[in-house]
Amino acid sequence: MQYKKTADAWAMFLLLLGSVFMIAPFIWTLSTSLKHQQHIFDLPPKWIPSPATFGNFQAVWEESPLLFGFLNSMTIVVVVLTVGLFVSAMSSYAFGKFEFPYKGVLFMGLLGTMMIPYSVVMIPQYIGFSALQWVDTLLPLIVPGLFGNIVVIFFLKQYLAGALPNDLIEAAKIDGSGFFRIFWTIALPIMKPALAAQAALGFMGIWNDFLGPLIYLHTPEKQTIQVLIASMQSMYISGSNYPMIMAAAVIAMLPVILVFFFCQRYFVESLAISGIKG
Amino acid sequence: MKNKLPGYRKKELWWIYSFVLPPVLGFLIFGLAPILYSIYMSFHHWDMLSPPEWIGLANYVDLLKDEKFYKSIFNTFYLLLGIPIGMVVSLLLAILMNRKLKGISVMRTIYYLPVISPIIAVSLLWQWILNKDYGLLNNFLWQLFGIEGPNWLGEADWVKPSLILIGLWGGVGGTMVLYLAGLQSISSTYYEAAEIDGAGGWQKLKTITIPLLTPIHFFVVVMGVIGTFQSFSQIYVLAVDGGPEYSGATIVYYIFQNAFAYFNMGYASAGAWVLGLIIFLITLVQFKLSDRWVYQE
Repeated sequence: MQYKKTADAWAMFLLLLGSVFMIAPFIWTLSTSLKHQQHIFDLPPKWIPSPATFGNFQAVWEESPLLFGFLNSMTIVVVVLTVGLFVSAMSSYAFGKFEFPYKGVLFMGLLGTMMIPYSVVMIPQYIGFSALQWVDTLLPLIVPGLFGNIVVIFFLKQYLAGALPNDLIEAAKIDGSGFFRIFWTIALPIMKPALAAQAALGFMGIWNDFLGPLIYLHTPEKQTIQVLIASMQSMYISGSNYPMIMAAAVIAMLPVILVFFFCQRYFVESLAISGIKG
Repeated sequence: MKNKLPGYRKKELWWIYSFVLPPVLGFLIFGLAPILYSIYMSFHHWDMLSPPEWIGLANYVDLLKDEKFYKSIFNTFYLLLGIPIGMVVSLLLAILMNRKLKGISVMRTIYYLPVISPIIAVSLLWQWILNKDYGLLNNFLWQLFGIEGPNWLGEADWVKPSLILIGLWGGVGGTMVLYLAGLQSISSTYYEAAEIDGAGGWQKLKTITIPLLTPIHFFVVVMGVIGTFQSFSQIYVLAVDGGPEYSGATIVYYIFQNAFAYFNMGYASAGAWVLGLIIFLITLVQFKLSDRWVYQE
């Protein structure tokens, strides 16, 4: 069909045009990060840096405790995701597959917490954690995540409803398997794809989080990568040292983009599983 | 058989409750307790140094007289304009992407990249692009159209449009994916029937695509409003100290400043409650109105 072909060509053309706008800021960032300071004001702007230098990356890495930033962010991600996801998986199994007194009330209560804006609990939480002397440690950013997350629980519960037949649990019971054993050997392995999807999303959420770490972490060596990067603004922008800032931005973005490329399939799956299809 | 064994059921219940206990505890410690404490705080004056002092409704009364607070509310509402614009652009993109084209998955990745990128890094790169004299955008405008671009982040009138622009760039990819999933669930028989009736492209869009996607429109609007009312990180980087004439400050930014720059904890708590109330009311109204326009299968 001639009509369809022209339409396809137009669609491709428009998408390509749009993608230039989407990707240009990234390329510009990378390009600036490889430039010498005196060349960033060249007009018209040059996309390909000449001469190119990796000096900005080296300088930023040396002048700011970025390695600590990475480690701190990583610590939060790893601890919260392993414990938090496991705890969420446990309660989603209990909520999804069993009847028990007060189940409805408990679950609705938890869903209700999704309605509370962070800004409402942020101040009392800060006061509580500072009373515990936890300010300027990673604990306020880790501990609340260890209790599971209602969004994840809800998601896993939906997933289990379709993926784990009740008969399978009954059969295992008759075979004499205990509660935890059934969860561990049957339910948990079945949840794997859903858990992987939530891990990918969780990584993004925690790695990119800013407000919480900004409030709690004050010593540069204890800050997460995002807080460190944000503090570079005041360090370098007054001197218009954009190559340094852009090098820092590239460093902060790189892990996320890498994870995204390798885990893309889980992102798509998480959308499919949550059933946002209209 | 299982329920006839009281011993087994009892043990099972014990397990069940220990499985649901952590999130319930988490809710009590990190949700309910802070909420109650925050209400209590909002009736006090407290700088975290001297003991809290009961002042009744004074914080709320002061908020009503606080020009900066009104400004931050106005700014936040202004930023909501980005939601309908983003929906139109995302839907358009999704329709284009719904065709079987070569390299479409690469396209999807490109459009989705800003969604996953850290908001802080993204804000820093936009600050560079929007630089008045050397920024990419103004250079582009000058070379292509001979337009002298504004001082995007340096003029009170341009800060909010800039924030909306950046929000669009960062958000359309996510909304587009939702629409794409929606489009793929619409049965092609609707379109075939419409074609037999002689409907053109625009009519099909108006009478089939847009109405059948109303659950997604609804989801996008509700989440978009909640997200806009919570926006903070980009403000922190792009509108330093709230921007020129406080034109970029959002409600959360204002609360943050009061709490963690001025250590005015009671006042900030009162502000947080006003914000919570606004979000709650708007969401409630949206759900009430949804019966009238959201298509249910």
